[in-house]
Amino acid sequence: MGGVTAERRNYKLKVWKQNGPDDSGHFEEIDAKNISPNQSFLEMLDQVNQELIESGKEPITFDHDCREGICGTCSLVINGNPHGPQKQVTTCQLHMRSFASGETIVIEPFRANSFPVVKDLLVDRSAFDHIIQAGGYISIKTGNAVDANSIPVGKENADMAFNTATCIGCGGCVAACANSSAMLFTSAKISHLGLLPQGQPEHQDRVLNMVNAMDEAGFGNCSNTGACELACPKGISLENIARMNREYAKASLKSRS
Amino acid sequence: MNKLDSQVPSGSLDGLWTQHKFDMKLVNPANRRKFEVIVVGTGLAGASAAATLAEQGYKVKTFTFHDSPRRAHSIAAQGGINAAKNYQNDGDSVFRLFYDTVKGGDFRSREANVYRLAEVSSNIIDQCVAQGVPFAREYGGTLTNRSFGGAQVSRTFYARGQTGQQLLIGAYQAMSKQIANHSIENHVRKEMLDLVIVDGRARGIVVRDLTTGKLEKHTADAVVLCTGGYGNVFYLSTNAMNSNATAAWRCHRRGAYFANPCYTQIHPTCIPQSGEGQSKLTLMSESLRNDGRVWVPKDQGDKRHPREISDAERDYYLERVYPSFGNLAPRDVASRQAKYRVDEGKGVGETGVAVFLDFADAIKRYGEQKAHEGASQEEIIKLGKEVVSEKYGNLFQIYQQITGENPYEEPMRIYPAVHYTMGGLWVDYHLQSTIPGLFVAGEANFSDHGANRLGASALMQGLADGYFVIPYTVGNYLGSTKLDPVDTNNDAFKATEDETQSRINKLIGVKGSKSVDHFHKELGKIMWEYVGMARDKKGLEKTIEEIPKLREAFWNDVLIPGDPQAMNQELEKAGRVADFLELGELMARDALTREESCGGHFRSEYQTEDGEAKRDDNNFCHVAAWEWKGENQAQDRHREELTFENVKLATRSYK
Repeated sequence: MGGVTAERRNYKLKVWKQNGPDDSGHFEEIDAKNISPNQSFLEMLDQVNQELIESGKEPITFDHDCREGICGTCSLVINGNPHGPQKQVTTCQLHMRSFASGETIVIEPFRANSFPVVKDLLVDRSAFDHIIQAGGYISIKTGNAVDANSIPVGKENADMAFNTATCIGCGGCVAACANSSAMLFTSAKISHLGLLPQGQPEHQDRVLNMVNAMDEAGFGNCSNTGACELACPKGISLENIARMNREYAKASLKSRS
Repeated sequence: MNKLDSQVPSGSLDGLWTQHKFDMKLVNPANRRKFEVIVVGTGLAGASAAATLAEQGYKVKTFTFHDSPRRAHSIAAQGGINAAKNYQNDGDSVFRLFYDTVKGGDFRSREANVYRLAEVSSNIIDQCVAQGVPFAREYGGTLTNRSFGGAQVSRTFYARGQTGQQLLIGAYQAMSKQIANHSIENHVRKEMLDLVIVDGRARGIVVRDLTTGKLEKHTADAVVLCTGGYGNVFYLSTNAMNSNATAAWRCHRRGAYFANPCYTQIHPTCIPQSGEGQSKLTLMSESLRNDGRVWVPKDQGDKRHPREISDAERDYYLERVYPSFGNLAPRDVASRQAKYRVDEGKGVGETGVAVFLDFADAIKRYGEQKAHEGASQEEIIKLGKEVVSEKYGNLFQIYQQITGENPYEEPMRIYPAVHYTMGGLWVDYHLQSTIPGLFVAGEANFSDHGANRLGASALMQGLADGYFVIPYTVGNYLGSTKLDPVDTNNDAFKATEDETQSRINKLIGVKGSKSVDHFHKELGKIMWEYVGMARDKKGLEKTIEEIPKLREAFWNDVLIPGDPQAMNQELEKAGRVADFLELGELMARDALTREESCGGHFRSEYQTEDGEAKRDDNNFCHVAAWEWKGENQAQDRHREELTFENVKLATRSYK
């Protein structure tokens, strides 16, 4: 039962501390005391930080914003899992009732060469923006659009496009992947725009340019383990990667001829 | 006083904007690249304005404190976006959307702005669809709509419960294209800390690089502020953790008037607070009120399990008080009624500060529609749950995730929470503030929603401002103003940077004993208690006494650990809370001087016999715009009179 509860729990945290990108970083053990099972994971960290601050220490730096699972800002690898142990949940939506009292919780940043650590648990994910800038859009200047209903889209394709468009750009897929591959992220955008009639004119260039940008940013390749799909808080499907590979092959052949 | 010229052109509303677009000055395409425009904030308003200005050929610089433009809090909007398309053939029109918005805002908005908003609403949908925004569709491939509070037509376009996300990604992608071709210089993790004014005009900004801690100066020919609302002054709200008023407040301190700060929207359906450690509140979309029934037990202190309370022992109070709009009464009205029930001691849950939102009847009704004849009760319920899950599945999941309760089995507990702020920097018809060259768009301005915003209208306004208004009016300003070149060695830039640096030094230098959050929480408690859903003279006067004390305590006892010359999240928060501590007081002063009730501003002294808001059109049919007079000085209250020529001033009724 939710609501107010008197129950309080204690945890041992093993937190990654790293003072800037050039620091080698280390784990630090910190106690989390008097935690309510109704608190979210990030609220637990808030409380730990308050105690650190008021005892004159520096708080743990981590990224977060909407705390509703939609902005994609929060990250963290918790006990080895990006966004923690639950399926299709972002770290900010994870609650302490998922952790047994007394448990040791290991908290690390998303690790990938293309996501350098800025400080502690906060990483730089601007490589994702660069992939979108390489072609993740439909070129339509403001004020040039035709009436919305003059572009009918069958419900099936519209729903499929929507499912891929729900990607929140958090990078959990990259953190989960042994090769630090960004293929789930990139393929989701290629599918979203490629499944819609509006996206067709630029489709071929988009596929080539986005895949190249992904490679240039240093992300690895896909070996089809499906770890990304399991870690994705929005349930983006692995079939998007298959679609991207198919479209990439087609586009490569066409562009050579 | 003369500063508050709304610049609304004369003529009939219909065609006013079209004519005005023709009358405004243009900048020759070859000259546009000589003009630099700074856009601060990259949510719906900022991203759409930046992308469009860049497409037109201006040199655009964008700034966000997020790590990417895609993170802005516009992304969390769930329900939808209104547009007068009349695709449902249910009698919608530009005039009806205009009328509903003026009425919904309790007749405290500017007619010409609202009409323009309604007029361009259709273009927004066209633009977004062309960008690939995956709005919900019918099987035939056309777009579908749903209903929202305060309207009797279906004009809300939506992408499941994630409309804001899809619209923001659309604008972000348009912006990304312009970044790729170097028309936009995009700055991330940089927070605007002040506005630079040269010869009376906005000519640049000072920002702090949040990664390195270094201050930077940036010049421009015009500055467009799209930095959102100030709901986080209440500490607990549905805003994102980092949403803040600093950019707007710094502009206010530089001379931009702040309009109607007391107009705050309390959203009726949020997940109630569950304990002290809570950091924010989560909204449950208004769309749930299409099917959910709101109720409390008829008896005070009835703590039985909701399923043990029979229908006859329940008070479905919205249906009882507002038979024609029922559970879809507008937000301000529904929130107030929930507060009345809790005040009467009929609140539910362990805290007693919540009401029920119950889907049992909807599940049964949908199940019966789907079930074959002779189906068992169990089968009916199972089918009904499937239908409800299709419509609201993601929201039910969020609720269960947060509360640990299953809303298919027992009613949701909900309570109102701060959600949106209608007030903001004062702007004229061009969305220009009282500082020439400073434009304000989206939630950061005060312009279109009056005293209460209707559901699904925030996304509409953000994108209307960004795609369709700012690109014209900024062009008009640049085309009609003589601007001397400035660079960052200019004295004003130097002085502003020095002031920003000394403020940072002062914050760090306090070295007190309490965290920033401590003060923010204290402020939030005062604001919610006295400047929340209901306000009165006594409480507001107390607030005006208490906040300066809290402000003093903050500046004497705040503790910010770490290095200011590096990433320092506590320092970021401290600057924002320091500004909230000034803004909160202004909100109370505005609420105190507005001796009437209207929309989201409810003064207990001014209500009808049945507890509805009682406006005073003779004395308060105006915008109150506040002018900064210096620290700890009383601000001047200016008025922009509102005239209603196309809509008759009437008592708002949803009964």
